[in-house]
Amino acid sequence: MTAHDHEHSDLSPMELRVRALETVLGQKGYIDPAALDVLIDSYQTRIGPRNGARVVARAWVDAEFREGLRRDASAAIATLGYSGRQGEHMVAVENTPERHNMVVCTLCSCYPWPVLGLPPTWYKSAPYRSRAVRDPRGVLRDFGVTLPESTDIRVWDSTAEVRYLVIPMRPPGTEGLGEEALAALVTRDSMIGTGLPLSPPAKACR
Amino acid sequence: MSHTTHADLGGQPGHGRVLPEAEGELFHAAWEPRVLALTLAMGTTGAWNIDISRSARETLANYRDLSYYEVWFTALRKLLAERHLVAPDEADAGRALHPRRPLARKLMAADVPAALAAGSPTARPATTPARYAVGQAVRMYAGPVPHHTRLPAYVRGKCGVVERLHGAHVFADAHASGRGEQPQWLYTVAFDGAELWPDQKARGLTVSVDAWEPYMVAA
Repeated sequence: MTAHDHEHSDLSPMELRVRALETVLGQKGYIDPAALDVLIDSYQTRIGPRNGARVVARAWVDAEFREGLRRDASAAIATLGYSGRQGEHMVAVENTPERHNMVVCTLCSCYPWPVLGLPPTWYKSAPYRSRAVRDPRGVLRDFGVTLPESTDIRVWDSTAEVRYLVIPMRPPGTEGLGEEALAALVTRDSMIGTGLPLSPPAKACR
Repeated sequence: MSHTTHADLGGQPGHGRVLPEAEGELFHAAWEPRVLALTLAMGTTGAWNIDISRSARETLANYRDLSYYEVWFTALRKLLAERHLVAPDEADAGRALHPRRPLARKLMAADVPAALAAGSPTARPATTPARYAVGQAVRMYAGPVPHHTRLPAYVRGKCGVVERLHGAHVFADAHASGRGEQPQWLYTVAFDGAELWPDQKARGLTVSVDAWEPYMVAA
């Protein structure tokens, strides 16, 4: 038995069905097989939540950029090189001590791809889509996050082609950090509103 | 034409807790990224639009039993079959059995970065003034919708306040039904938690949806 045969014997029924369709689409000339690899690679290496983290870090250090985000988030984000598919019409929503923002798509999985990449499985799942609009504090508990009772929650259901990016609050104790170090504190979940940014690493003892 | 969506989940009880995942976990099987890429590539050919694609997914009879990318794959096969691009016997056999049909475009590898960076903006020039203004109270349509729509059930009949105007956008309801773009004003309408969920204590909660003008009337 060749290695090739062995590989095929291990494939799941779904793997076989997808390969079958991909083969037909290629034979009929509807797709460029190489384009598939570029698409996948784009979302595995180039377009992901580190992009959004850079947007947030810039907003934390640059008041003019933050103002630009409020005025026209798509244009401000494009100045950092992020634009396009599933982020054509961006709105940035800023957390404050009084208000915490959370983003959901109850109808499918709308998500700001240019800044956050592909949505995580939980974002597309029935538990999150059903509960975020009704019990966001309960959802936050699932993520281990508790907000003060005095903080109101604002949920944005992405039902059209507008895409939302949460700008979390800058953590205390980060005054001396540069943009890159700040971006490292910005988690994906903090830009969806199901998490908070990380705390800065404690200073080592002398 | 009847239309039953299985994807309108907002507010439904009984779906259990959310299971968080680490940032790098994008796929859970080797075929999932292939389905993503096939769907994106075929989405650029002009054979259908994103609203037709969403409509095809949400109406799958077994939507609730399928994983996310199984939904995408099943809908992709359905769209291809409906347009006689790939017949079910071909998809099952894994080889072309019938002549190919012409398509408007084909996404080539070299064009992928530019295509992703450009996207498909849905904003269109407005041809009428907006009917509602920021701060105005509106009531959402509550009647039957016998076609694809982006008006979630949990806000139907509810009273909200216009919070933002986004200009005119391609109207998903028309676009999904092959009736053209029919751009309509798009608004962010915010609802008090107590209006949406009167039987629970929802203090300090505001929920908004993005709604096209035909979804609402002045309250």
